[in-house]
Amino acid sequence: MAIAGEDFSVIASDTRLSQGFSIHSRDLPKTYKLSNSTVLGACGFHGDVLTLTKVINARLKIYENEHHKKMSTTAIAAMLSTMLYYRRFFPYYVYNIVAGLDDEGKGCVFSFDPVGSYERESYRAGGSASSMLQPLLDNQIGFKNQQGVERLPLSKDKVVNLVKDVFISASERDIYTGDGIIINIITKDGVQEERFPLRRD
Amino acid sequence: MAATLAAEPITGGFSFENCRRNASLEKMGIKPPTAYKTGTTIAGVVFKDGVVLGADTRATEDTVVADKNCSKIHYIAPNIYCCGAGTAADTEMTTNMISSQIELHRLNTGRTPRVCTANRLLKQFLFRYHGYISAALVLGGVDTTGSYLYSIHPHGSTDKLPYVTMGSGSLAAMAVFEDGFKAEMEKEKAMKLVRDAIAAGIFNDLGSGSNVDLCIITKDKVEYLRPYDEANLKGVRQGNYRYKKGTTAVLKKEVVKSMFEVVKTQVKTTKPESMDTT
Repeated sequence: MAIAGEDFSVIASDTRLSQGFSIHSRDLPKTYKLSNSTVLGACGFHGDVLTLTKVINARLKIYENEHHKKMSTTAIAAMLSTMLYYRRFFPYYVYNIVAGLDDEGKGCVFSFDPVGSYERESYRAGGSASSMLQPLLDNQIGFKNQQGVERLPLSKDKVVNLVKDVFISASERDIYTGDGIIINIITKDGVQEERFPLRRD
Repeated sequence: MAATLAAEPITGGFSFENCRRNASLEKMGIKPPTAYKTGTTIAGVVFKDGVVLGADTRATEDTVVADKNCSKIHYIAPNIYCCGAGTAADTEMTTNMISSQIELHRLNTGRTPRVCTANRLLKQFLFRYHGYISAALVLGGVDTTGSYLYSIHPHGSTDKLPYVTMGSGSLAAMAVFEDGFKAEMEKEKAMKLVRDAIAAGIFNDLGSGSNVDLCIITKDKVEYLRPYDEANLKGVRQGNYRYKKGTTAVLKKEVVKSMFEVVKTQVKTTKPESMDTT
């Protein structure tokens, strides 16, 4: 899941890799740092996730060598969309979220479906527990169904705490969520990583 | 009485009335309802003076945890208990029905029920339904002839063994048993072994989780420990999520005066009570 703030964005994932009723790994983050201002969150079929991230990283290198600059977050999102739609009839089974800073230095989040439809949003939950997390984010960040509240922009600390709480709740009810989380905080100074343990059953 | 409520059959047994209708609905592409499954770890061992039964406490509906602390060790008789895995309703109802039959048998014979009797009743009941009653059971108890432990499969086959596991976490639990089981163990050793087996299921099988329940049956005592151990501590919330007063929108306000008819008035004199000064 990812949340965009005023001058930062936060993207986090749990670290469990599972198949059916068994756990393959308890320490496998599903976030991938693409540049100093962009992080990709990808879940679904892990084989496709590995291939996709490999191809993205290769494309970023090509871009860097051709244009002598890093690719911006918005450009990475646009590129990812065309890469996914290229496989329209044999898609990568991957759900993507891109978080980072845009050209103006504001936080941004892009969410994708497996065949390349994408949209810029201020917050998004993806993966097996997304249907449980999204309504909570709608309420807490989107201030949905709340009357007469001040729509203050969230501070970085508050967002990080909210992310932890949201994952604590998800690990209570979703059997595929647990073990731990990795939180990536993206600011103009780069990407900062924070870990937090979850229940392991 | 029954006829006025609904046309329920008075003969007992299951109703197969909607069998053909549901089959044709399924053919039309309508999904049948999903039942709660106790995708479970259950286990038991025989030790020196009796039997230890153990179970986790998670019930799931597909990938969602439906109950975080459900009870999977069912009562059969004062000296016999039974762990259940599979469809929650099936294990619950099956053990209830057999428990009732055992109690009637006890009243008829005036003897303490034997574990082999419960085993035979359960297997014959399950066999009748060709595995459609998805109950995988671990039956354990102590009677006049000794301590016994059975595993009963949904199709009706049974095994009498000194240590058994069942449910989706049975492989994880059995690995612990194969490593640590010894014949004629002390009670504490047996309890520790069963706890470790259930914990292995809780951590390594996604269908099992939450706490460990234990039931220790000996010749003259039953200890039902629930929860015996909390394998996982719940995460502590970082933020505060209480809403300020007035956050919920008021859509409509209406005050209605309810009218009562005075049916009867009665005036009664009561003796004055002395005031309570204690």
